[in-house]
Formats: sequence, C-alpha cells, structure tokens
Amino acid sequence: MAEKKDYKVVGTRPIRHDGVDKVTGRALYGADFQAVGLLHGRVLRSPHAHARIKSIDTSRAEAYPGVRAVVTAKDFPSVEDKIADLGEGAASVKDLQDNVLAGDKVLYKGHQVAAVAAIDPHTAEEALELIDVEYEVLPPVIKVLDAMQEDAPLLHEDMRTDEMGEKSDKPSNIASHFQHKQGDLEKGYAEADVVVEQEYTTETVHQGYIEPHNATALYNPDGQLTIWCSTQGAFAVREQVSEILQHPVSKIKVVPMEIGGGFGGKINVYIKPIAAMLSMKTGKPVKVLMSRADVFEGTGPTPGSYVRVKMGATNDGRITAAEAYLAFEAGAYAGSPVGAAAFCVFSPYKVENGQVDGYDVVVNKPKTAAYRAPGATNAAFAAETVIDEICEKIGMDPLEFRILNSAKEGDIRVDGPPTPHVGFVETVEAAKDHPHYSAPLEGENRGRGVASGYWPNFGMKSSVVINVTADGTISLVEGSTDIGGTRASIAMQAAEVLGIPAESVTPSVVDTDSVGYTAVTGGSRTAFATGYAAYEAAQDVKQQMIERAAKLWEVDTDAVQFADGVFSTVNGKEEEIDFKGLAARLDETGGPVVGRGTADPNQPGPSIGVHVVDVEVDPETGKIDILRYTATQDAGKAVHPSYVEGQIQGGAVQGIGWALNEEYIYNEKGEMTNASFLDYRIPTCLDLPMIDAVIVEVPNPGHPFGVRGVGETPIIAPPAAIANAVYRAVGVRMKELPMSPGRVLKTMGKI
Amino acid sequence: MPRKVHVQTTINGETVEYLCEPRQSLLEVLRDVLHLTGAKEGCNNGNCGACSVILDGRLVNSCLVLGAELEGKSLETIEGIAEPDQLHPIQDAFLENAALQCGICTPGFIMAAKALLDQNPNPTEHEIRYWLAGNLCRCTGYDKIVRAVQDAAQTTSSEVSA
Repeated sequence: MAEKKDYKVVGTRPIRHDGVDKVTGRALYGADFQAVGLLHGRVLRSPHAHARIKSIDTSRAEAYPGVRAVVTAKDFPSVEDKIADLGEGAASVKDLQDNVLAGDKVLYKGHQVAAVAAIDPHTAEEALELIDVEYEVLPPVIKVLDAMQEDAPLLHEDMRTDEMGEKSDKPSNIASHFQHKQGDLEKGYAEADVVVEQEYTTETVHQGYIEPHNATALYNPDGQLTIWCSTQGAFAVREQVSEILQHPVSKIKVVPMEIGGGFGGKINVYIKPIAAMLSMKTGKPVKVLMSRADVFEGTGPTPGSYVRVKMGATNDGRITAAEAYLAFEAGAYAGSPVGAAAFCVFSPYKVENGQVDGYDVVVNKPKTAAYRAPGATNAAFAAETVIDEICEKIGMDPLEFRILNSAKEGDIRVDGPPTPHVGFVETVEAAKDHPHYSAPLEGENRGRGVASGYWPNFGMKSSVVINVTADGTISLVEGSTDIGGTRASIAMQAAEVLGIPAESVTPSVVDTDSVGYTAVTGGSRTAFATGYAAYEAAQDVKQQMIERAAKLWEVDTDAVQFADGVFSTVNGKEEEIDFKGLAARLDETGGPVVGRGTADPNQPGPSIGVHVVDVEVDPETGKIDILRYTATQDAGKAVHPSYVEGQIQGGAVQGIGWALNEEYIYNEKGEMTNASFLDYRIPTCLDLPMIDAVIVEVPNPGHPFGVRGVGETPIIAPPAAIANAVYRAVGVRMKELPMSPGRVLKTMGKI
Repeated sequence: MPRKVHVQTTINGETVEYLCEPRQSLLEVLRDVLHLTGAKEGCNNGNCGACSVILDGRLVNSCLVLGAELEGKSLETIEGIAEPDQLHPIQDAFLENAALQCGICTPGFIMAAKALLDQNPNPTEHEIRYWLAGNLCRCTGYDKIVRAVQDAAQTTSSEVSA
C-alpha cells in the first residue's frame, strides 16, 4: 500500500523534456510531416444527414489532371459480420469500415464517401467536386427521444434492441437497454421525507482539440505499411487499420507524431485507413488532412442526452433512494458512453436503494467518440442539481450533504462493484475549507454553486524500456503519446526509483515496432499505468546495477544496498558509488544495462473532484459570467503538480464551455449549422477568471507512489456547479445544456 | 494550374525568395513551401490564432494573408525569436509556468504575447486576456498562459529598465 512519503523527484516541478521543441515551433506534429514525392488526399463528405447511396461515379475525378487515385467503400476488403477486439472493447468491423467510407447509406452530414489523392491539396479539393454521387435522401432523426419512437426513421434496418441481454424482434434505433439495481426502491422512497425528480437534456458537444486530424501513409510493394499521424494511441491505430483493411498488424508500423490535443477524440480512425488505401493505389506517400469543418462534422463528438433523475432523502440529509434514466445518442453507429455514465451517476454516494437504466440510441449524427470522462458530465449535470434541490428543501449545506452521504471503501455501488479506496471526503473538505467557500459574495444576480464529479479511471497495458548511458543518464522508451506533459511525469517516476534528477532522463515516444504494446493515452491512465511500467523498468535497472556493483566489489548481491541514488556495501569492506559513477563502469562489469517494465494494473483508483463557482447572470441578456472558480481534486499523488493543476484547470474550462456555450446546432434537415470555431464557441481567455486548482492527495494503494489518474474528472462538475450557482443568482433551475443566453432568458420567463 | 508569383521578402531578418500560387495563403507558403511548420493550422479561417505571425510589426493570422502579399514586407515567426543559445523570455516563461500541454497553440500564443509586450510592456491581467482572446487553447484553461505572459512582462520590462 502506498503511503504518504517524502520523495525527491515525484512532487517537484521540473521543465518538461519536450518543452524547448514546443516553444520554438520545432516539435513535429502530424501535419508537419514531409516526404519526397508526397501526394495530398482530401475526402468527399455527405451533404445529407440521412440518404441511400444509389451510385458513385468517380470517372471525371480520375481523369482530372493531377489526380493520382480515387477510393470509395468498394475498395475495402469484404468483412461479413466480424467483431474485432480492439483492446478498448469489441467493435463491428463493418461499422468501422462504414464510418470510414460509407457503403449503402450515409448516416450524417459529413460522413466520408470517397477520397482523392492528387499532386497538391487544391487539385485534390477540385477533384472532389467531380465525383458524382446520386443520393436518395431519407428523413433524418437527430434527437435521442425522437429516435426512440416506434415510428422514427430507422438508421439500420437490421438493428434489434439488446434488451438486457435478449434481442428484440422489431427493428429499432435503440441498440441496447441495460439496468443496474440494488436494494428496494419502494422502501427507500417510503423512508424519504423529500423526493425530487427532474428531467435534463444536453446537446452534442465536441472535444474541440485545436489540431485537426491528419495522417500520412506509405505502402511498400512488400506489403509494409507505415502511417505517420497524431493519435492518442499508435497501437490502437494499428489495430483498427489492420481490421478495416484486413492487413496483418505485423505489416503495419504506426509512427506517432506530436499530437495537438485529443481528449478522447483521437482514438477512432477516420482518414488513416484512407491515406493507406490511397498509398496502396499510388505507391506514393499520401498525406490526408481534415479541415476544421471536417473535424466538427465528421469526427466523434460526445453525445446529446436525455437524463431523468429521481432521489429521495430524509430531513437529516440521508439519501434513501436514487434512480436514473439515461438515454444517450450514440451517433450513427451503436456505442455511446451510456455505460460509463451509469458507473458514475451516483458513485460518489452511498445509495442502498438504487436503479439505473441506460439506453444506447443511434441518431443521424457523427458516431460519438470518447470525450474526457465520457458520459459522466451528462449524468452529473442531472444528479448533482437534484442533490442541490434536496439540500435546499431540507436546509442543509450542499457540501455537508456530500460528506454525510459519501461512499466509503467497500460500499456497493448501484452498478454492482464495491467502492474502491477514494478520497471523496477529503476532497469535499478541501473545498469547504477553501477561502472561496466562505468568502462573501455580494451584488445582485450573483450566486455560488457546488457540484462533485466521479470518474473510475483506467489501468490497461503499458511497456517501457530503459537504457543506461555511460554518463549516468538514462533513455526511457515508451509508447504513450504525450498530450499534456506525460514525458515528464513518466520520466520522474523512473528517476525517483534510481535516485537521479528528472533532467537525467531522456524520454522518447516511439513507433509500434520499437516498444511493447501500450494502450491509448486516455482513461486518465498514462501517468498511472505507463508510470507504473516505468517504475517496473527502473526497478529492473536498479537490480541489474546492484549486480554490477557486487561484481565490481566482489561481494554477494545481497551485500549491496541502494538508497538515495547511492549503491553501498558494508560487508567486509566499505564501498559506495553513486548511480552516475556506476554507469561509467558498465563496460568493465558486463556491458550495457537495459531494464524493461510492463504493467496492466487493475487498481487505477477513482478520482473525485469538487468544484465551487461564483457566477453573475445578466438579467437583460441572459449571459452568465464566471466570477471565481475553485476546483479541488484527489490526485492520489501529484507527480508533477504543475501539470496536474493544468489538467484540473483545462478540464474545468472545457466543462465551463459545455455549460455555457457549446452545442451542435442542427437545422430541420439534420445539418449542423455551426461547424466553425466562430459559431461553435469554445471559451477564450477573456471569458474566464484564473482557475484555482487545489490538489488533494489521498494515495492510491494500487500504485507504488499512490498516483491516481487526474485528466478526466475535472470536466464533470462544472455544468452542475454553474447551474446551481445560477439558481442562487436568479432563482431558476436550468435543466438544459448549454445554459446559453437564450435558454437562460427563456427559463427566467423573459422571452 | 495558375502561374506562380515570385516574392522577395524578409523573414526573421533574412531575405527570402519564393514562388507561390496566387491562391496560396501565407500559412500554406510558410508550411508547404518554406517548411517553417511552427505556424499551425487549427481552423484556416482566422478563428483560432494557431498560425499567428507578426507582419511589419502587426499580429496577423497567416491563414488570412496571401503568400503573394509578402512582397517587400518583414515577417517574424516562432522560428525566429530565440537566440541560438537563449530562448526568448516569453518562451522561457511558458516553460517555467507549465503554460502548455499539447503545445499546438503554443507558437501562436507566444507570437501573440510578443506582439502585445512589444507595444505594451506592462499589461494588466485584463489587457492580456483581451489581447489573447484571438488565440484558442483547449488544454490549459488559459490560467498558466496568462501567468506566463505576466512573468514574461516582468522579465522583459526589468531588462529594459536595467
């Protein structure tokens, strides 16, 4: 079990190893890749939300000067009903293919239909206009509740609802319905003094990373395929491309370039298989880039949803029963994050009598992808505002209520498993003790709100290799894409073991041929699980170095100690040598030292955050201003506190954007009408105050330094915290996201 | 294909000549013709600021300028602001303050901050936020970026006074 300890490297704030490259513009991201003889690919997308493809004629495009190849779904190998295990869960290969290039139907505006490779990007764009696609336009269905109606337009005529394990016999847009149940709801409600039930809706929102998707592929005649790209997981790209193109994984090398943000949205492949197909046809390297509109219209957003929560509590503040109905838009193919929403909706709390129903529903929108704690934000917006209403009714401080009802280790969650070791109470107390919570908030139309967010975190597989260099430094080879400073946080964990400074580690993120399997940078797993693998690799190095010291001093290995970076022996003779000194003597003791570590840890340790926000609502315009924001979160042990704060601040601001501005706006034809950063407005720095990030450290027993993942949790609480603050400011309960000025005025009865 | 235009200009203090198509933006010329890939494309329509450069002393989005317009002008890009053995104080401040996560917006923010501090060496927090509102960052929540610019302002203004 990890305990609070003093560390020499873990917990400090060194300059990140890739920092100079990134502040000088030298770091090479996917779109920066260049190759001799490079061709440029562009993708034709569906103008319709829902249509049958009657024919595609590419002959005019193929004849256009400068065009080298055109591909459509006809170029895919056949894969009948194959389910592939992609490491992150199973997926229908047919669905994967259909989403990359539409087969019989297009299922959303922006759906990829065909692609061109040409001598330059402009020629490729011109050629797209020469591809003749004949569509039979079908009625679209955009909202989850509409799609669940019996007479709704069907996206997939062969879809049958998986109704708690049984397949239904009628076609439907409902891919599945599951239910979790604990205790006795009736008994729980009977014990309640107050019962609150409310309905909530949220709109589709996008991850909004600044770097559009990109891929360059080169196919050799011997079957070797190389893909340079920005991705959260090079191995995940390799697996998906292998399945989609039915090409052996051993013949695919994925080279991860620097990545310009992902937040879950750069796990699924869109244009990588297309770049590969175009290179297979031309024998040349082909680079495919998306535009910003392509990103909004064609890549995974996170779902719009309908959530109903009912909760009962006693007058002394004990939750007696809780129920949630979660209906999530999967987008065009099954697989929304409704399952994760069900894990999270009540998980901070001890709920003895509970039920959660989840519905995964297809609609004519892009297939949803992961987005930072996928599903949890939608669910928490509902549950955390219902709790606020209960607190108001029984006259209890909302943070006291959370402490009183906090789930303890071993309490059974509504979705089944026991609560792991969590730092919820400590995190609530940090919020309660923060000067923000007791500061007076004066002025009209101002209010303060709080909410919690829970995310279970993930472990999964990672590999690390460490090479000892003669000058006393180490090179650390890893497979985890560095999105937010993980080169530093992983290197620091190896440095801690070996008693060397963080600066003595040279981390490299390498391609799929050059390191062992490593799962995606996602699930808040990287500092935790790849850090764990680095810890193991460093332990391996340490053991080998002990053997070298023993050889040098001609003593048994048992007689060598290692502490604070110094090897020593007192067995017969007193000797000591530091890591650097011993590294210089490897040649005379047997040659190179290479350490290896792999990890698949199963106790990632949930991370809980509690947010406090002050808002001011303009009663004339309905605009909400954030006056002050404090976010507390349990990090287990913050390896590099600056980057942990950065995760908390960045996640909170994404949650603020989701709360206030962000949404896909659709017209009656099912077309997204705001596919630009001007019209889909993410927060700018002028919209925000400083974000006070407070790190709480309740060590995770599942990690040698007590680390918990921190990346995802901070996005969960903001919408509910802001809605609760708006209530205290102007007396209305917001039940729709985003709380845009129009919705606020409408709820206030002003329009 | 349209006939290419010959351009002679100054980039980061050096005379540069290139050929570009009339339709190519300055961002395309920087990235695809001159291989100066520090300016990034995030939106290609002036909304994100990832391609920010300083043209004749003025902060611009290079995606909204044509490559052919550079004739006779002077351009500063992220590649030109550090000395061979010394980062620019704004670059140092970004590293010291952990003001970047993925780093894709960082060159644009640094150029925008430089344009600000070149004309206003002691900006208030509000002035910094107002000036940088044309640059989008999705990772950091801007807190550490604003602090980095505040730090850089202190460093540069104390260098000037010293």
